[in-house]
Amino acid sequence: MNISLAAEHIAGTALTNAIITGLAGSLLILVLFLFLARNPKTLPTKKQNFVEWIVELLLNLATSITGDNQKALKFLPLVATFFIFIIINNWLGLLPGVGSIGFHEVHNNKDVFVPLFRSTNADLNTTLALALVSVSATQYFGASHLHLSYFKKFINFSSPITFFMGILEIISEIAKVISFSFRLFGNVFAGEVLLAVITGLAPFIAPAPFYGLELFVGFIQALVFSMLSLVFFHVATQHHA
Amino acid sequence: MDIEAVKLIAAGATITAGGIAPAIAIGKMATKAMEAIGRNPEAASKIQTNLILAIAFAEAIAIYALVVALIIKFI
Repeated sequence: MNISLAAEHIAGTALTNAIITGLAGSLLILVLFLFLARNPKTLPTKKQNFVEWIVELLLNLATSITGDNQKALKFLPLVATFFIFIIINNWLGLLPGVGSIGFHEVHNNKDVFVPLFRSTNADLNTTLALALVSVSATQYFGASHLHLSYFKKFINFSSPITFFMGILEIISEIAKVISFSFRLFGNVFAGEVLLAVITGLAPFIAPAPFYGLELFVGFIQALVFSMLSLVFFHVATQHHA
Repeated sequence: MDIEAVKLIAAGATITAGGIAPAIAIGKMATKAMEAIGRNPEAASKIQTNLILAIAFAEAIAIYALVVALIIKFI
């Protein structure tokens, strides 16, 4: 079986197969939404209705968590982007050909198979980037809502207890990056390994239910990532006693 | 014992130990959520979103163990 924890470089260049799939996914999202939501009308067409349905679902979710339409509208663009990017890329990774189309290369006198495509979220670099964007945005939203008093959460000399609480808060921000990136990476990569193992055990019919499971996991992970970001944004913008 | 055998045993032990705690945690959370939905069926959708969030936190621990096991196995 051919399973590599890191994304493989294509023909010795800096370009990895995860980058190729990520670019393809981004291009797909761009073209899809340009096609679906071009020149919007007051009386929506079928295509426009579909996009509005997605946006409305996400907006309702954001409103139910923040409990404030203004705030929900402020957070929605980033959260919806997370959701759509992650779900499209998770599902792109399940297409036949991803991980199976490729070429053979010789590394250290060993013949290795290098796939041309690899699910973007099965590369720790992508998920780490997403996590960093999410946690940086948390700091930005917190600072822009509460101004300087946001940083009282981290640095506070009013009593020894609050000082140590501040240190713990700083650690928890760093832990957020790790948990965000490892959760998404672990789920998607484990899904790929699971599918490879099942296909190795029984190539016919048996993998089908697991593809269904992976579709579900891809959706849940996109939902969890965007919902957790939303909750963290919401918590960061709340006043503390 | 050679290094390959140690690696296999370590990877298996990691995910076994790392799977137990999240399984208990998720079971407990789901039990409580079911009880709550049984008591107040109207709140089902609100409980569900919170349940999924809480489960994601517990599941993350299992995923860390899985990532460590995969690193032991493949590197």
